[in-house]
Amino acid sequence: MTDKKHKLLEVKGLTMDFGGLRAVDSVSLTVHEGEIAALIGPNGAGKTTFFNCVTGIYTPTSGDILLHPKGLATRRLNGLKPNKVTEMGLARTFQNIRLFSGMTVLENVMIGRHCRTYSGIFRSIIRNRSVREEEQEIVETSYRLLEKVGLEKFVNEFARNLPYGAQRRLEIARALATDPLLLLLDEPAAGMNPYETSELDQLICRISEEEQIAILLIEHDMKLVMKISNPIFVMEYGKKIAQGSPLEIRDNPKVIEAYLGEEVDA
Amino acid sequence: MVREFKQSLLIALWFVFLTFPLMVVRVNTIENIVVWRWENILWVAIGAFLLSYCWRYMLARRRQQSKKAEEGIDTRGPLQAALDNVQLRNRAMAVLLVLAVIFPLVFDTYQTNIMVTALIFVVLGLGLNIGVGLAGLLDLGYVAFFGVGAYTYAILNANFDLGFWIVLPIGGVLGCLFGVVLGFPILRLRGDYLAIVTLGFGMIFKVVMENWETLSKGPSGIANIDRPGLFGLEMTLAQSTVYIYYIMIALVVLTIIVTNRLKNSRVGRAWIALREDEIACVAMGIDMARTKLSAYALGAFWAGMVGVLFAAKTTFINPAGFTFMQSAIILSIVVLGGMGSILGVILGAFILVLLPEYLRAFSEYRMLVFGAAMTLMMIFRPQGLISNLRQIYQYKGSKEKAAHDG
Amino acid sequence: MDMEYFLELFFSGLTRGSIYALIALGYTMVYGIIQLINFAHGEIYMIGAFVALIVAGVCTIYGLSGFAILILAAAIAILYAAAYGYTLEKIAYRPLRGSPRLSPLISAIGMSIFLQNYVLLAQTPDYLPFPRLIPSFAFMDPVAHIIGSAELVILVTTLVTMVLLTLLIKKTRVGKAMRATQQDLSMARLVGINVDRVISLTFVIGSVLAAIGGVLVASYIGQVNFYIGFLAGVKAFTAAVLGGIGSIPGAVLGGLIIGWSESFAAGYFSSDYEDILTFVLLVVILIVRPAGILGKVRKQKV
Repeated sequence: MTDKKHKLLEVKGLTMDFGGLRAVDSVSLTVHEGEIAALIGPNGAGKTTFFNCVTGIYTPTSGDILLHPKGLATRRLNGLKPNKVTEMGLARTFQNIRLFSGMTVLENVMIGRHCRTYSGIFRSIIRNRSVREEEQEIVETSYRLLEKVGLEKFVNEFARNLPYGAQRRLEIARALATDPLLLLLDEPAAGMNPYETSELDQLICRISEEEQIAILLIEHDMKLVMKISNPIFVMEYGKKIAQGSPLEIRDNPKVIEAYLGEEVDA
Repeated sequence: MVREFKQSLLIALWFVFLTFPLMVVRVNTIENIVVWRWENILWVAIGAFLLSYCWRYMLARRRQQSKKAEEGIDTRGPLQAALDNVQLRNRAMAVLLVLAVIFPLVFDTYQTNIMVTALIFVVLGLGLNIGVGLAGLLDLGYVAFFGVGAYTYAILNANFDLGFWIVLPIGGVLGCLFGVVLGFPILRLRGDYLAIVTLGFGMIFKVVMENWETLSKGPSGIANIDRPGLFGLEMTLAQSTVYIYYIMIALVVLTIIVTNRLKNSRVGRAWIALREDEIACVAMGIDMARTKLSAYALGAFWAGMVGVLFAAKTTFINPAGFTFMQSAIILSIVVLGGMGSILGVILGAFILVLLPEYLRAFSEYRMLVFGAAMTLMMIFRPQGLISNLRQIYQYKGSKEKAAHDG
Repeated sequence: MDMEYFLELFFSGLTRGSIYALIALGYTMVYGIIQLINFAHGEIYMIGAFVALIVAGVCTIYGLSGFAILILAAAIAILYAAAYGYTLEKIAYRPLRGSPRLSPLISAIGMSIFLQNYVLLAQTPDYLPFPRLIPSFAFMDPVAHIIGSAELVILVTTLVTMVLLTLLIKKTRVGKAMRATQQDLSMARLVGINVDRVISLTFVIGSVLAAIGGVLVASYIGQVNFYIGFLAGVKAFTAAVLGGIGSIPGAVLGGLIIGWSESFAAGYFSSDYEDILTFVLLVVILIVRPAGILGKVRKQKV
């Protein structure tokens, strides 16, 4: 089944060194279209560093990051600036929430539309019809995305005044606004209560189905991961130690060892 | 109560100690005279004692306010609330514009001249506000771009006899060009490094103008710069001042319209996002270098343009007019008025220019007060006198029930 | 002859550089701990010099003079600079912890302007001559045309100060707390270090060093006014960035580089552009190597 799917993101032998420390060691993984993939592993395994390399915040020491958009030429992402990576179709959220706290909820999402819209300085000053139309399109799209993640009632609140769980969902809406092919979520359930988490897993599934967006998520909440994602990749000490379906991962002795003391079974 | 009293007493004592050598002793090592000003101890003690009470009260208030804001309670003052009302705001603007237009008909040349200065600082403040207030790029050498504009006109006018109206756009473009050239290498620096480097640019400009005699005539400056012309009409000084006043009003209106439109545009939102969080901003697909550069260069454009007008107004410029103090004044206008807030910056410019002008006794203490005000504003009212007015968006949403939400 | 001229420039550059280094240490230490450019640090230096001038001036006018007066003046200047540094942090920076990054910086600029004008208004806008208190040592006579007695005193003082500072940071409990706070402020707090006190102490130490620099400069150049702190501050900051901000040996290295480049540029070319040479250096360094010569590149945490 998996083999027939179109490959979307292909990471080959990604390595990242910080001084003498190898934070990510030759990690390869592939995310196919329509998948909800998960990257798990104990704290400090290098998951977020991996994300930062893929999204261009860090330049990897070696390895290849390839994006294969359907019907378009393959693109190599390493060395690109983060904004270019986002333009190519990768959007992300952050482990420790990074919203534009002094802007409203709606404006946060509107920022996500930036790379898909065009008005520059001169046209913004003239503010002719096409600019106004584009502006209205940005507002409408952003509002619809807020509805999708269930935040429309906060639309004019400042982002910093939102409850914690809502801030996480706002980050997702903002990332969606960039029209991504692949959405990278860095611990989207961190700090959420069980109710919020179950809402979140529905949201992630809905995004995956309705928007045809592939998702790669880093997560600690094993229940969530086991329930919604397939395949799962496991990292430890910078290396990928296992990959497979939730069932395979659960019975993998290496994974059990890595998670010794943590609860693996769903 | 007793504890607070004791604390304030101790603070007063501490400040008496702290200020003793500088406030009490005045030594003149040239003529070998020492003056002891014992009475100052008393003033310092009383002042520190009272201020410590204010300080405590303000800190307590600040804590309360931030608590309220967290709970989502409206903490706007009545003025702010009134300004958030669009209709009221538009009416107020119309009244202000009418007042501005009739001002020179009512007041004399001297007053009009002061007003022109205030308006020049309004434009400078609004220009700097693009970089500092919107995009969060702290520029401490902004006056250099102002100087570029002024010297552009002075030099072109003296050597090629070019008129004000031709040089006005040239000055703006040249300011902008300098902004791009200087900004390009440095804008990737972190915020506080940027501040120091721009401070350096300001000083480099001044020193170059002082030493490049062939271009700028050195420290003695360039005199006899032409006032703005009007179809070759001969004008008296008074008429010319009024004419400059109206040009300045037009320039201010233009600046307000342009900055307001930019602020509420795709570009302006990117600036603000950049100020809020650079990493999130690039992760959302915004080109950081380009966005910063556009904010920086656009700010420089206004400074260049109003620099031309400044040279035409004073008819004499020299490097001493473009010091760090000027940059600091423009920065305090933005900080005091409210970073990012157009109305705030306008108010800030009027306060900072007119107050020392009309309160002569105060003018000596002007920089002392501005400096203290910058710190106090940051601590107690970081949003400035008038905080940024919120843009209101209209949206339909996907469900019909949301139709009247906007 | 040429060699002598070179040596003269070398030593005057070394002297200036070591003073820049003293001031730069204050910037670097504060920046290392709370990532703030303490814009008013140059003013602390100026206040140090001014207080020394007042003490020395009063003493000479009442008929006392000599090397002992210089020591007394320096001691009082150090005391006052420390008090000002401490108060400054408490009033202008501490309430702004956790604010957006620009806020404390703007507050610092405000304080810089305030302190300058405070001294201007309380004292005088004029340059005041600083009494010559460093004697001409007889044993320096043979080399006096290359390096003067004042320069020797400055170099020795700086050297001793720096050794003491290094010992303080490397060997004492307080120094350990400072280093821990610099590494990770919130972690330091968790392990029971009184971070507020460490920060206050850092300001005090920085101010003491600045005051030493101030007194030395005042007695070397021979005059003081309210504005001297601004330029010296900017140059010292550049020195700190040049060497790698946060790094103590870096600040010393940066100070020396700036001292020498100024001295040689003025000696062999022209002094017209002396004051902006620093800025050109700063821009070049920041573009080529933003972390500075000895600074570590710190990856920003995401």
